[in-house]
Amino acid sequence: MEMDKVDQIIEKYNGEASNLLQIMLDIQSENNWLPKEALARVSEKLSVPLTRIQHIATFYKAFSLVPKGRHKVHICVGTACHVRGATRILDTVEDSTGIKPGETDLDLKFSVETVNCLGCCALGPVMEVDGKIHGKMSPNKTTQALETYE
Amino acid sequence: MSEIQFEIDGQQVTATDGMTLLDAAQAEGIYIPTLCHHEKLEPFGACRICIVEVEDRGWTKLVVSCVYPVQNGIIVRTRSEKVDRIRKTIIELLMAHAPDAPQLLEMAKEYGAVPDRYEKDPSFCIHCGLCVRYCAEVTQKHALGFVDRGINKEISFVPEVAAKECPDCKECFPLCPTSYLQAAYVYAQSLSFPTA
Repeated sequence: MEMDKVDQIIEKYNGEASNLLQIMLDIQSENNWLPKEALARVSEKLSVPLTRIQHIATFYKAFSLVPKGRHKVHICVGTACHVRGATRILDTVEDSTGIKPGETDLDLKFSVETVNCLGCCALGPVMEVDGKIHGKMSPNKTTQALETYE
Repeated sequence: MSEIQFEIDGQQVTATDGMTLLDAAQAEGIYIPTLCHHEKLEPFGACRICIVEVEDRGWTKLVVSCVYPVQNGIIVRTRSEKVDRIRKTIIELLMAHAPDAPQLLEMAKEYGAVPDRYEKDPSFCIHCGLCVRYCAEVTQKHALGFVDRGINKEISFVPEVAAKECPDCKECFPLCPTSYLQAAYVYAQSLSFPTA
């Protein structure tokens, strides 16, 4: 991530330390993850110790300190999806992407996470890719759906 | 600053507004056990060992004395059946993490805590925050901090800062009640700044 972009975000919040969380969220959504250099820059510009930033970045699940893929795949493993075969969907995703939940592949294409409910249990088992819901999945449909992403 | 009068263990105590119960007790020479308290640091209220019973207008409640401000007319009991029982459980829970900490062993003897009452989970850190707070408040070097949350919370050094500041400082080392800090330092040093 370019430092100019980080500086712009800090500038947008007038470099106020009280806006630290918002600045971190903006960097996260701009870049998909929080590189160490960016955090060091924020720490320096806002005069907030790196330990505090590190604490916040590890506290909230919204932040990632490792690179994330271009597409975020969420597999619902809540009760309803589980009984409708979410495990099989998850296995299929693991097979076709080659990664396990919480991981990102080498070309930064996919990041896979399990979630506990997406709120549309009638569509179970559910897979969500970049916010788009794929319902009533079968292993076959899952592979096909993943193939449409670049 | 107005004066505040109350009672600790049957003894009349005078304190100034804004003091904590623990400050007032210590000023009077009344002993309350602590783990996460340090005179140079802001009250933190992490270990809960300094819990006491407070009677206020006939109602009793349990408060943590290191973060409870003094109040007029309250009656404080630093030892009671209930307080002792709670302290015993707190010690037992902490001992699941740090079974050999000298301070905990001593307190266990005092309160009759059973060291292996809870399943062992030797993380060794009891999250008292003494090292983290000392580094931030007294030396102001911010070389280490907490990361993660809940059961995964642990202390972590920032390699760049620690490599520069820690070798000549190490003032936080004697504060750690469990010696986990020293171990974490050696570990972090060998992994991320093996210069010294």
